[in-house]
Parts: sequence; C-alpha cells; structure tokens
Amino acid sequence: MHESGDMIQLLNSEGERTANPEWDAYLGDVDADMLRQFYRDMFYTRRFDKEATALQRQGQLALWVPLRGQEAAQIGAGRATKPQDYLFPTYREHGVALTRNVDFPQMLRLFRGISNGGWDPRDNNFHMYTMVLAAQVPHATGYAMATKMDEADFSPEKRAADGTAVMAFFGDGASSEGDVHESMVFAASFNAPLVFFCQNNQWAISVPVEVQAKVPISQRAQGYGFPGIRVDGNDVLAVLAVTRWALERARTGQGPTFIEAYTYRMSAHTTADDPTKYRLDSEEASWIDRDPLVRLEKHLRDNGLGDEAFFEDVSRGADEMAHRVRQEAMAFPVPRLEQLFDNVYAGAHPLIQAELKQHLEYEAGFLDRPESDNTDGGAH
Amino acid sequence: MTTMTIAKAITNGLAKVLESNPKSVLIGEDIGKLGGVYRVTEGLQAKFGATRVIDSPLAESGIVGTSIGMSLRGYMPIAEIQFDGFVFPAYNQITTQLAKMRSRAEGRFGAPVVIRIPYGGGIGSVEHHSESPEALFAHTAGLRIITPSNANDAYWMIQQAATCGDPVIFFEPKRRYWLKGEVDLENPAPDAFRAQVVREGNDATIVTYGPLVPVALAAAEASLEDGRSVEVIDLRSISPIDFDAIAESVEKTGRLIVTHEAPTFGGIGGEIASRIAERCFHSLEAPVIRVGGYHMPYPISKVEDQYLPDIDKVLDALDRSFAY
Ligand SMILES: Cc1ncc(C[n+]2csc(CCOP(=O)(O)OP(=O)(O)O)c2C)c(N)n1
Repeated sequence: MHESGDMIQLLNSEGERTANPEWDAYLGDVDADMLRQFYRDMFYTRRFDKEATALQRQGQLALWVPLRGQEAAQIGAGRATKPQDYLFPTYREHGVALTRNVDFPQMLRLFRGISNGGWDPRDNNFHMYTMVLAAQVPHATGYAMATKMDEADFSPEKRAADGTAVMAFFGDGASSEGDVHESMVFAASFNAPLVFFCQNNQWAISVPVEVQAKVPISQRAQGYGFPGIRVDGNDVLAVLAVTRWALERARTGQGPTFIEAYTYRMSAHTTADDPTKYRLDSEEASWIDRDPLVRLEKHLRDNGLGDEAFFEDVSRGADEMAHRVRQEAMAFPVPRLEQLFDNVYAGAHPLIQAELKQHLEYEAGFLDRPESDNTDGGAH
Repeated sequence: MTTMTIAKAITNGLAKVLESNPKSVLIGEDIGKLGGVYRVTEGLQAKFGATRVIDSPLAESGIVGTSIGMSLRGYMPIAEIQFDGFVFPAYNQITTQLAKMRSRAEGRFGAPVVIRIPYGGGIGSVEHHSESPEALFAHTAGLRIITPSNANDAYWMIQQAATCGDPVIFFEPKRRYWLKGEVDLENPAPDAFRAQVVREGNDATIVTYGPLVPVALAAAEASLEDGRSVEVIDLRSISPIDFDAIAESVEKTGRLIVTHEAPTFGGIGGEIASRIAERCFHSLEAPVIRVGGYHMPYPISKVEDQYLPDIDKVLDALDRSFAY
C-alpha cells in the first residue's frame, strides 16, 4: 500500500476536510487547539521569512533563502516528530526549525556571515544547515543506522513508543545527487529507521523538476526496496498524517520511507536569484489558490475554529516576533578572525599555533586594528 | 580592441568555441535559460540550442562523468561547476577518471573536457562559495589548470583550453567577473600555459594569479613610494607552472613573494618557493615569502577581509623580504 504516484490530500484547497479513514487514523488527536497551533506555526514561519528577506534587502544579510509556499510541508513534517528524533535539514527548513524550538534569530547567524552553524544541534536534535546539496543525506542514514544499534535491546513496545527516528530533508534538485541514491541503498540494506523527506517545490534554481525525474520522485523508492509516497505538501494535515505513518514505520523496525511533499516555492530561489529569466508569472499565480496558509485559514473560519480575535492575535504575535528577530540579529557580535583558529582542531596543532601567532603579530603592526565591517551585504 | 568584463569575455570566448567546433557542448546546472548563476553563459542557449547548451540534472559527478563519456564519443564538453565548494561530488570523476584517461589508454586517446569553476572569496557569501581548491587538483597529474586575471586572457584562454587536447580546469576568479578590460578580438593572447610579466620591476618579484593580480599590481604601485621597483608575474597556468618565467625574473630582482588566496600550507606557493630556491639559490637575497590563507576552513564572510591577502599583507611581505 501507499506506493502509488497518487497524491494524498486531506484538506482541499477550499479548506474542506476530505474523509479518508486510512489516513485519518493518524490524526485522531488533532483538535481545534492543534489546528490553531499549526496555523500559528505556519504564519510565524512566513512572517519570519518576510522579515529575513527585508533584512537581506537592507544589506543586513548576505543572502536569504525564502520558503513562502512550503510552510505546510515543513510544519506538518516537523510537528509529526518526537523530541528524541534527529532531523537533518538542507538550508531552507526554517519552518521545521521552528517546530524543533530553534529560535528564529539563531537561524540568521549563517546568513549574516558570522557563523557557519548558528545553533547547537544537540539542544533540539535539529542539525546544522548544509550548503553542499545532499551531503547531509548519508549522514542521516548513518545516524539512523547508529540509532538502531543503540536501541537493539528495546522491546517492540518500547521501540514503538520511545524509539528514535531520523529524518533527512532535501529538495527535488538534490534528489539527483549520488549521495541521495547511495543513501537509499544503505538505508534499505540496513533497514535504517529513516524518513527521506523530499520537498518537491518544482524548481532547482532555474531547472524544472522534469529534468531531475521522469516519474514522481517518490516512485524511486520502490527500486531501492522501500515505500515511497507522494503527499500534497500544501496540506498540513496530509503531511502530518503521512509523516507520522513513516515515523511509526521507522520506530517499529519497518525501515525507511520516502516522502515526496508536492509543493511550490512562491518566491525566488534566493535573494540573489532572478526567476523572471526562467519562470512564468502565471505559474506562480496558479499556485496562489493552493496557498497552504489560506487553505488552513478557510478551514478554521468555515468551521468556527478561529475567530477574528484569534487571527489578530496571531498576526500581532508574528509582528512582535519579527521585531525581536530584527533586534537580536542586528545585535549579534561579529567574531574576530583569531577566534576561528580555535575551532579547526580539537587538540593543539603546531601549524595553527604558528599561524595564529603570525596573524596577531601582523595585526598588532597596525595602529588601529581593522574593524570588521558590520554592514556590508554582498552577492550570493 | 573592445572593452568588456571578464564574465562577458568568457561568454564571448565560449560562443567562439561553440561556433567553431560543432562538436562542442556546454553542460552544467542552470547554464541555459538562466545563463548560469553568474550569467557567464547568458544568451548561449538561445543562440545555440538546448542540445549544445545543456541544463543538467543537479549532480556534479554526473556532469563530469557524462562529459567524459561524450568526449570519448568525439564531443568537446565544457562543463560548469556552479561554485568551487560544489566540485567535490565530482572529485572522483575528475581525479580518478578524467585526469588518467590518456595514461590508461596508453596515449591512444584522452578526454579533453574543460571544467569551468568560479572560485575564490571576497564576495560576502556563505560556506562553500569562496574556496580556492586549485592545489588539490594541481597535485593530480593529467590535468591542466589555468586561471585568467583579465578580460583579454579570459576571452582567449577559454578557447585555448578547448583546443589544447587535454582536460583543463578553468578557474574563474568570481570576484573579478565584473572587472572590465580591453579585449583584442584579432590577435590571440599568449599561450594559456605560460606566465606573463604584467608589470616590470628590478627590486623584487611578486608571483600571483587570478583574483590577486590586481592586489599585487596595487602593492607594486604603492611600493614606488618606498623607492622599490617591483615586478609582477601573472602565472595564468597553475599546472603546468612556468618556472622559467619566474626564475628569469628572480635572477633579475633577487626577491620573490608568492601570493594566493588558498591556504599556504600544502599550496601552490610552497611548490614555487621550493623550485625557485633550488634553481635560483645564488640569486636570491632573501627567502621566498608566501602570502596566503591560513590553515582553517574559509572563514565566515564578516571576517574574510582579515583573511584574504590584501595590499597591506603583500607590502608587509615585501618589507620582510627587504629586511634580509
Ligand atoms: C553540490 C551542490 N551543487 C550545486 C549547488 C548550488 N545550488 C544551490 S541550491 C541549488 C538548487 C537546489 O534545488 P533543490 O534541491 O530542488 O532545492 P530548493 O533550493 O529548490 O529547495 C543549487 C544548484 C549546491 N549548493 N550544492
């Protein structure tokens, strides 16, 4: 089952719940509070994205990677996980990060050019961002393999309740990289408790998904020996249900699952990109009807689950969050180059010591040490 | 003579290759409609069609591996790797296959694929967008490695790369893409595999390449204030290295500074210092001094200005040389 190219959808673009007994079974606990929480998550994620885009435009970030349109895929997937699960993102998973309690301003250190990480992944089991596409997917596979070894003595009940599952996030473009294919071989061979979560947002910069895959990407999984499933990535409930199912498979020793969240990024690839060169406006417009936020808002309103006061509260809260993000991001201190020598090796290294000494002597030769420029932006 | 940026010069050089060799193809991520993230291939797909300018799937090993296959079938692929830090998924194909095809075939044939890689820092970018991995490739025999520093070289060297018969890695100094210069469309630039003296001088020599050529020239200019006449050599080719040109200059000046953005440890500068020390021992008035990056991952962009060799660092090296 669950192995066709058909797309799972539980909340249609009119905001109506479509009954599906098989998948509804994974949503038994979803009440009005949870639905409102999902809406708030998605709204905050979009507001954060907007604020970061503005910061980039104002020269405060070197680059920004927008995700507008992908909120349901990310919140549905993230909210399906348990605290013990470990997640490996690419670089656009700001919504997933929210569900893992990574504080938004931390996400900006990377794009502000003052860190190549930004948060401690061990605090929330949400790994650092990765710039080399697909490179994190084998790591996720290995992490899942190690998890399985660690939990070898769990009883089936304990495994189902407390077992650790691992998720690897990547895009439709990255799915072409050898690292993803090799990971699928390893994950299948070792029955790793892993969920491959591919956000198919239709484009890899200027290259449409058709160049990466001739069949739904999810169908590839069958060739590697595990189920692949396509879900409406703009439907937070369907993503939640399908991800819960896949995580349960991982937790109960049934091995890897491939999820393709079919979605669309309603903005440029990055702030350095110019989609008018390759993408038609009409395409973007055609996805407006499928906007994941609008859909959930309709559902909440039509079913009396959210009143005006609720929506106002979400909006106000999001603005406050955005204000705090801006304040905190601008106040981050810029490290000096000499501090970076500390993190190259764990132990003493004579070359590092010699070069650090040389650097400090060189800098001391200036009357005024050059100050780091706090304001410059830059291409890419 | 006509004036253009380095980026446009490469575009025009690529167009010349596509025109003159019907078997030449460009392949890479986003090089078609978008014209590449740096727009270096802009307009070429519209002009030559999607089978000559191929938007590839997102897979560097696939890009280089299939380029090798096409070249075995008589085609002349010019592959683009989007950024320096993303060449490594293709590292296996480049070093174990591309570089060694000719020796494995016992000289019967080779795989003359050109791989274009925008490289180097100073653009305020995030991780893996600013690296200088040239030494990693130079250590592999069978590859030629070149890098232009001005528009005229950019225009001609890409064409020379495509006709030299060997695999070439063509490193493009991305922070200089918008540097304008005169291009002589009639008379080819000197052989891509030879160095060029870009400023004459008598008291010291600076050897550099790619993005640091303007830095070296500015340092030489500033040295005039101290009464020093500094010669600047643009290496142009990193494999092979034109040691004759360097030796000739050092025999005249007696002092050598080598500067590049890549870390000094294990870098190209060490190779030059060692060879020149051996060849010009009696002419040298000071040890060869290297100015390069530290032994650390390319730093976060907010402090890259403290990391990259700049005029002050090169002047400091000159001072140290003259102190002997
Ligand atoms: C190995 C590698 N090659 C190339 C790039 C340059 N690059 C950055 S994002 C991107 C497109 C990615 O598309 P996709 O995987 O679909 O993810 P999306 O950005 O659309 O979420 C490319 C080519 C990279 N980061 N890593």
